[in-house]
Amino acid sequence: MPDLLLDVQGLETQFKTPEGVIYAVNGVSFGLKEGETLGVVGESGCGKSVSMLSVLRLIPSPPGKITAGKAYYRGQDLLQMSNEEIRHVRGAQIAMIFQDPMTSLNPVLTVEYQLTEPLLLHLGMNKEQARARAIELLEMVGIPNAKERLADYPHQFSGGMRQRVMIAMALACNPQILIADEPTTALDVTIQAQIIELVKRLRDELGMTIIWITHDLGIVAGLAQRVIVMYGGFIIEEAFVKELYANPKHPYTIGLLGSLPRIDEQERQRLFSIDGLPPVLYNKPTACPFSPRCKWAMDRCWKENPVLETVGPDHRVACWADVKTGRAR
Amino acid sequence: MAQPETASPAPNVLADSINMRKIGRVERFLGPEYYRILRGLLTTPASIAGLFLITLFAFIAIAAPLIAPPLPNQNPYKIPRDGFSPDPKPPMTEWRRLPPPLPFWWKPIMGTDKWVHLMGTASGQWDIFYGVIWGTRTAFWTGILITSVTLLLGVLIGTVSAYYGGLLDNILMRIVDVFLTLPFIMAALILAAVLIPKLGRSVIPTVIALIAFGWMGYSRLVRGDILSVRERDYVLAARVIGVKDSRIMFTHILPNAIFPTLVIASLDVGTYVLSFAALSFLGIGTDIGYADWGQLLSFARSWITSLGTYWYIVVWPGVALVLYVLGWNLLGDALRDVLDPRMRGRS
Repeated sequence: MPDLLLDVQGLETQFKTPEGVIYAVNGVSFGLKEGETLGVVGESGCGKSVSMLSVLRLIPSPPGKITAGKAYYRGQDLLQMSNEEIRHVRGAQIAMIFQDPMTSLNPVLTVEYQLTEPLLLHLGMNKEQARARAIELLEMVGIPNAKERLADYPHQFSGGMRQRVMIAMALACNPQILIADEPTTALDVTIQAQIIELVKRLRDELGMTIIWITHDLGIVAGLAQRVIVMYGGFIIEEAFVKELYANPKHPYTIGLLGSLPRIDEQERQRLFSIDGLPPVLYNKPTACPFSPRCKWAMDRCWKENPVLETVGPDHRVACWADVKTGRAR
Repeated sequence: MAQPETASPAPNVLADSINMRKIGRVERFLGPEYYRILRGLLTTPASIAGLFLITLFAFIAIAAPLIAPPLPNQNPYKIPRDGFSPDPKPPMTEWRRLPPPLPFWWKPIMGTDKWVHLMGTASGQWDIFYGVIWGTRTAFWTGILITSVTLLLGVLIGTVSAYYGGLLDNILMRIVDVFLTLPFIMAALILAAVLIPKLGRSVIPTVIALIAFGWMGYSRLVRGDILSVRERDYVLAARVIGVKDSRIMFTHILPNAIFPTLVIASLDVGTYVLSFAALSFLGIGTDIGYADWGQLLSFARSWITSLGTYWYIVVWPGVALVLYVLGWNLLGDALRDVLDPRMRGRS
């Protein structure tokens, strides 16, 4: 493989709960090239966020535990680093923004404090330098009156503004990788569009590599180059955006794409939905985790969990069936 | 390039037209939360009464050398005595033996330069007035010292316990449980009694004993609040940035979790002064003759059956103690009301 910025191999994360061990991430492998934008899609609870948090070793432990896998960032395994080393990767090299901007900023600290903290921490700036940079950052993410707003507290900002502040915080140290964990889910559509535009602009200006976690396939289509579809803690399909949308191979991907409302639909009809709920995995699955909800399910699907296989140029899928014919591949 | 000077920045039409709340300098300096607390404390009647009492006592404590000037070359905390007779003398009895210097306010008001026992004397001829005035200082510094050290200790243990969780949390909380099983006054009494031969008779052994058995409540309280704050997104956001554990604990989490504990602590200042007085009353603690309300009360022990005659040996220090504790309680109650989110927006 050409040199990857981030190379995750066989990542497994489990949570010990009173009801038993939950297998949240089951052998996830993916690579990330410098400058690309990777979309990670899937329903809630399919392991998207946990995978990314595991890479940064941010899952609460206990009860969470990364049981296997490697995550090479520039040749260094993040999962083997000391706490001190990984602390200097977080924020400085790999940054992250979260879903809910209303709760992601500390209510008792000023925006200035929260914005300058990573600068003081990783770049060794002094207070004045950090302040100047913080103003610059706020202007960059499009907050008017940046200078005056520095002294404000989070509650004095609206939701969209707070997400902008979060982005400014994440970008403070010019990280190589930005992990965006559903950053637009809690925002209304117009603000969503603004934030996506902002991220696109910043990506092009700063040449950032982005991992964009979402369950909105529409956003991914406009933003990402490559897409990973996750289900039940597995990657079940991986392809370039156009290929995935034009030629989905996994029944789950087909279901996801099918359940999007379309503006060019001719007749009025019920919106398609996939029956059932994603599984909570208390056992390491021996069958395909999607089989209970799959209309192509065959005998083999109940006995053996499919592995990712290459089915086309840069297109990998984990399914026994060929969705075109409905028979085994 | 020289730009034409505009007379003034364009008036902010929008802000003026929608009548925005002006944010003053104090509010900007303190931040919205602390400003709201301060404003609440200054407008609630109970808190004004509490603040008034505490301020009054603070004034007495600070001005003690002026109100009741001590004998020259003597420890001012040592209550001056007028002889050794066991019978208490009533208020306004004249000083006979070695009177301390006359305070400056006495002559203008009373027109004589004969210093009297303003509040009478206790058994053994200890002057109650001096005891009450200088005892205010003792009350302040023991109360505040005990509360702040217990608070610090309790918060530290509770924070570490909750933040790291797991085995450490288990061990620390079981220690808390063990300490909570001991009856507070009894345990403090025994510890102080053990410490006195080692450290000598002074305020210190009692203070240590009260601290040693007082921190557990704060630990538990702060632990509970931190357990909930720890899971908030902004804590994760701070970890994502790469902030150190200690900094996350004390600057990101603790300010969001400390208020309930602070309220209890402010209510406890009075309680600790009471406990201290109780130990003093039982004869554990300071030297005999040290200015301390509990000790003054203990002088009344042998006269407890004839308080009809000797009311002043109990009333003066008693009233001081009651008002002092009341002041802290009112303040603490007001603080609780101000900080209670359910009370927001009311009154």
